[in-house]
Order: sequence, then C-alpha cells, then structure tokens
Amino acid sequence: MMRASAWIRRLLAAVITVALATGVAFAQEAPDALVKSVSEDVLQTIKGDPRIQAGDQARIREVIEAKLLPNFDFERMTALAMGRNWRTATPEQQKRLTDEFRTLLVRTYSGALNQYRNEKVDYKPLRFSPADTDVVVRTAVAKGGGAPIQIDYSMAKAPSGWKAYDVIVGGVSLVTNYRDEFNNSIQASGIDGLIKTLTEKNRGTGGK
Amino acid sequence: MNLTKRFMHSRGRAGVPLFALAAAVLITGCAATPSKVDPLEPMNRALFRVHDVADKVVMKPVVQVYAAVVPSFARTAVSNFFNNIDDLFSGINGLLQGKPQKAGDDFGRVIVNTLFSLGFIDIASEAGIERGNEDFGQTFAVWGVHSGPYLFVPFFGPSTFRDATGTAVRVYLGPTGYIEDVPVRNSVLGLSAVDTRYQAGDALDIVENAALDRYTFIRNAYFQRRRYLIYDGKVPPEQED
Repeated sequence: MMRASAWIRRLLAAVITVALATGVAFAQEAPDALVKSVSEDVLQTIKGDPRIQAGDQARIREVIEAKLLPNFDFERMTALAMGRNWRTATPEQQKRLTDEFRTLLVRTYSGALNQYRNEKVDYKPLRFSPADTDVVVRTAVAKGGGAPIQIDYSMAKAPSGWKAYDVIVGGVSLVTNYRDEFNNSIQASGIDGLIKTLTEKNRGTGGK
Repeated sequence: MNLTKRFMHSRGRAGVPLFALAAAVLITGCAATPSKVDPLEPMNRALFRVHDVADKVVMKPVVQVYAAVVPSFARTAVSNFFNNIDDLFSGINGLLQGKPQKAGDDFGRVIVNTLFSLGFIDIASEAGIERGNEDFGQTFAVWGVHSGPYLFVPFFGPSTFRDATGTAVRVYLGPTGYIEDVPVRNSVLGLSAVDTRYQAGDALDIVENAALDRYTFIRNAYFQRRRYLIYDGKVPPEQED
C-alpha cells in the first residue's frame, strides 16, 4: 500500500513537473518559433480537414478561433487602430469595439485562408536578445510566378507569452490601414457610429 | 494576400494618353506641396465607382472565361512572359536608383528566362533568383520627386501623379509600341490586361471583406505599399510621404 501511494505521488509529481515545464517552455517560446509553429499548425489543419477542403467557412473560422486567436492581442490592436480616439471611449465601448474588430479580422483572415493553395511559407530567423519585449517576425509566402509576399508580425512580450499586435502584408500594416477608416467613421458618427458600422459589416459579410 | 503585389504595384501597360496630363500636373503638383494626399477625392471616388462597375461587368467575367478556357500551364506561361518584360524594366530602374546588385539579379533573370524559354518559363525563380519590383514611380521617388495627389485610374487602380507618370513612361518605352501590326499590338495589350487582372486574383474580394470603406482602405494600402517599395522594405519610422 505504502509503496503504491508513494509511486502515485511520484508519478503525480512527475506529471506536474512536466506540465509546468512545458507550460513555461510554451510561454517562453521564442516569437519566431511561435509564429512558425502556429502557422504550420493552422496550415496543416486546413490542408487535412475535409470540411474545410469542401469550402466550409464556419469550420475555417473555428480553426482560427482555436489556434490563431490566442496568439493575438486584440485589445492592443484595436487601441492602435483607434489612435487617440481610444482614450475617449468608455470601457464598455472599448470592449465592444475590440469584439467587433476581432470578428472582422477573423472573417477577413478566413476569407484569405480560403484562398490558400499550398504556397510555401519561408520563416525568417529572428535575431533578438532575451531582453527584447517588442519584435517583428518576418515570413514570406512564395506565390507561383510572382515575387514572394512578405508577411510580418509585430509582437510584444506579455506575461502569458508573445502576442502579435499587428500584421504587415507586403509593407501594408493592417492596424495602420484601419486607423483612417476608424477615424473617418468616428468623425462622421462618433464612437457608437463606428461600433454600429462594424457590427453591420460583420453581420453583412456573414451571409457569404 | 495577392493584393499587395499585383494590385498595388500597378505594372503599367497601356494608358499612354495619361502621360501628358500626368506630367503636366506632376510639375505643378510638386511646386504646390499638397497638404492632403487626396485633394481630388470627389473625382477619384467617381473614377473608383467606374472602375468598380467595369471590373464587375467586364474584367471579372473576362478573366473567369480566360481561366476556364485557357489551361493552367498556358496561363502561367502568359504571366511569365509579361513578368519577364517587367523584370527587364525592374533592372533598368534598379540601375537608375543606383542599386547595381538588385539590377544585376533582374537582368540575370531576364537573360536566363529569355534564353531558355523566351520568357515563358520562370526558370530563374526555380533557381532561387527572386523577382525584383522596381518601377519608374519608385525611381522618381528616389530622385526626390514627391508623390503628388492621389489618383485613381479606372482599369489601372490606385496611383499618384508621380506613379502614373512612371506608368506612362513605362508604357511609352514598352515593348508593345514596337509592334507595327495594330491588331496584334492590341491583342497583346488586351492579353496583358487580362493577365494582370488574373494575377490580382481574389485580392479584391479580401478588400471587400476587410474594408469599412473600400475607397479609403485601398488608398491607405496603396500609400503604405508604395512607401515600402520605395524604401525596399526599410521604411524609416514615422515617415510621411
């Protein structure tokens, strides 16, 4: 009896140690390694999923929600896209904006991934020091016939690990691109107007 | 994802009449230094709507037929053929911007692809020599010419007075001007336009999904993209064009 419980205790300790170790390792995974593992995971899943291959948009969104989203800091993205308007928004407005912007980006991303045709992704190694808390991870997607398309991720270190706060496609920053659009909308109809526009946009493209 | 390459980096064939207009306004545009990037917004928005309708009614259906009728290898060969000519001009512009190394890559690509396949097969890319993307608009920018006002050109897409002038120069030098036979020349121009739209692919659908206002979205993306190309990816922070 004694022996068995000691054995169980030892096993438990080992399991906890391993769990902690992998948890820590995951949190401290280098940003470039993280981008690579997450991207490959998503792309492999898309390639291997019969429902996605049959064009099931909802399933693509599920995969993005589960695998991609935890690695993005949407509040920061929304704040950056809002610029100085962010501070004038109430916490409630900030939350709704973040939710709607998140939905919009998921829809856009799933539309783009739907066009994925086995292009090869080249992950550039990142030179950074352990003290860095803000880096840009560079990748390039090779397209048949054209020059490769650069896709870079701005990432910041959070207690829970590295999180992306901007995606830059061929030099076009997503967050910067939305800044004018958000600003125009706020100028025309206020922050609630922008929330309404985003909500309608998300409902509208949902039918497609 | 396509959006960035083909669509934003208008590759310039056809549209010669623009040249005089663009050149004239470029000069005045330089002197004036516009406070806003898009002083002609009402006109541009109207032209954007024209472009949009034309794209839905003409270009998209034509490209769908093209993709359905012409086999994939032939479409790729057509793209490679026109890309090869673009590569030559990318090399020339690399030289004009004082980048002999980049220009060397471009010329190397052209020589390899032309010698082995008349440009129909992109052997150089297979061999790992990446395509360049220099154009006259970027050369003017490197020479210190400001972008001038934003300009939306139907069938061409987003541009500026500087970049449209570059496009006009490119078309003027272009190889199609040397084709004496008018029907042949027009066919080549037409095929080139179809190929450009074909290579842009579904990028516009992504914009449709992403944008609150497609006009603003495309304009912003265009300026960001051009800045990125002008600085070869090393854009100084907080740089305003």
